[in-house]
Amino acid sequence: MEQTWKQAKAAFAAIAVPPIAWLVLFFLVPMGVIWAYSFGENTGPITIDFTGTFANYARAVEPLYLQIFLKSLIVAGITTVLCLIIGFPVALAIAFASPRAKAWLLLLIMLPFWTNLLIRTFALIAVLREQGYVNFALEWLWNNASGFMTLIGLQPLGEYEPLTLLYNNTAVIIGLVYVHLPFMVLPLYSALDRMDRSLMEASLDLGAGHLRTILLVVVPLAAPGIASGILITFIPALGAYLTPDLLGGTDSQMIANVIERQFKRANDWPFGAALSFLLMYLTFIAIAAQAFIQRKSERRG
Amino acid sequence: MADEALTSMPKVGRPRREKRDKPGPLDYMRRWPLQLMVGATLVFLYLPLITLMVFSFNTSRRNVVWQGFTTDWYVKAFNNDSLLQAFLNSLTIAFFCTIFSVILGVLAAVMLWRFRFPGKTAVEGSMALPIVVPEICLGVAMLVFFARVMPWPMGMPWPLNLGAIIIAHISFAFPFVATVVRARLSSFNRELEEAAKDLGASEWRTFWDVLVPHMQPGLIAGALLAFTLSLDDFVITFFTAGPDTITFPVKVYSMLRFSVTPEVNAASTVLIVVTVILTAIGLQVQNNLSKEKKA
Repeated sequence: MEQTWKQAKAAFAAIAVPPIAWLVLFFLVPMGVIWAYSFGENTGPITIDFTGTFANYARAVEPLYLQIFLKSLIVAGITTVLCLIIGFPVALAIAFASPRAKAWLLLLIMLPFWTNLLIRTFALIAVLREQGYVNFALEWLWNNASGFMTLIGLQPLGEYEPLTLLYNNTAVIIGLVYVHLPFMVLPLYSALDRMDRSLMEASLDLGAGHLRTILLVVVPLAAPGIASGILITFIPALGAYLTPDLLGGTDSQMIANVIERQFKRANDWPFGAALSFLLMYLTFIAIAAQAFIQRKSERRG
Repeated sequence: MADEALTSMPKVGRPRREKRDKPGPLDYMRRWPLQLMVGATLVFLYLPLITLMVFSFNTSRRNVVWQGFTTDWYVKAFNNDSLLQAFLNSLTIAFFCTIFSVILGVLAAVMLWRFRFPGKTAVEGSMALPIVVPEICLGVAMLVFFARVMPWPMGMPWPLNLGAIIIAHISFAFPFVATVVRARLSSFNRELEEAAKDLGASEWRTFWDVLVPHMQPGLIAGALLAFTLSLDDFVITFFTAGPDTITFPVKVYSMLRFSVTPEVNAASTVLIVVTVILTAIGLQVQNNLSKEKKA
């Protein structure tokens, strides 16, 4: 049983005060200041008045910025779907591998997750650029196909034009998938690993194919794991700063890049603060939606 | 002979693994479409990193074609004072962040595990906030906090000048430690604590001699998590760092903007190797602990 704090007041104070004080002073106060700024106005180069205006929020929902919000949501959504499509079979394979292989595969999936995000993004640049591996491989295929065409008496394909894989929206999505894939695989794996396998065996014995078993038995059983995988992929992807900054072009800015610009270059802190809080509200809506779906599925189950 | 007979006996409970010829209905890892998928995913995850490491040994300035083996870039990186300083700053920040995060995280976990108190739900919710709030929001909040509310004194001697970054890192790292430690505490038998107290141990003795040994695997996992979170962080540091408090990721970021030479690859390779070694140590320690428990 938990103790009430009154039973051991001194111990409670010694244990509770440091973390709560830290949280209030170095997390809630900074957040509160930003929140207050979002209702403020720039009155001079470094002075901000708290006027209680909603002008910053009004500006944030102008078409220009609304479009960036919408785009961030779409990019994060596509990233999450791709991570799910790639991550689900991988998690399934790991969950049903032999114990030894399982440990190694989990380690291999985890290791990039521990590696520095900036380094991983930088590594991706070398692979995707015009003189990178993807283009080298495609060029090789192209030239071979071209040679084959001449061989059977058709017109050769002509010079290979390297694909522009960097500094556009595709690059941002590839980068986000690359960075967030482990986030998706791990919760999926733990959900699939805990699942009651006899239900799958029953479904297979009764004549359902593997695909049908997976869609109609495994997916509903692993739904909570899928939901949490979606959430912890979607949230960081939505607020991603580094990936669109390094891999994106001028038109692939996401909301975090706009926020950064307000604080570091445009020096419009109140507007940046309003954008930050809108991003935070979107995050909270995503969390609430996930909790709602989870509760609903538990009630049904 | 008897030994041989014993070892060659099929193990009870895992008969499926003995048959190597045909995959069982649920041996998904032994079916080629899934093997292909796992293989392709691993190539996708590792090809860029391996390329980066290989090209740190390339003689050419440009990362495009392999020209020959050299370790010059490592020599250059190790002679680059600002890069070395940034690396040292990162390790120092991660070190202090780990110590404080573990202390605060353990206290937070014990508080939420042991006590009932008014406003507990609110405290629990706020503790989870730093984990879910987007990094960029925390970054700008810290920027404003240290610019307007509590300016960190300028011109402090090293390592005190890193204080603002350390504080920012602790703020987002200690709730992670609290989560890990609390998960570990849920398997603790409260009667042990009561027994210790009945036998006359003080609050402190009970905490130190009964609770802490039980939390140990959680402490190690939490410490490793805090260390890597701090070492890995770019966004929050980017907003709190001043010109004389550059960390390794911030330095690499500016090198990327400026000019990309294999020097960046060399520096990155060093950090990757450090991470891999730390992960290996962490896994080893946890393995040893779980073996001790079983023995």
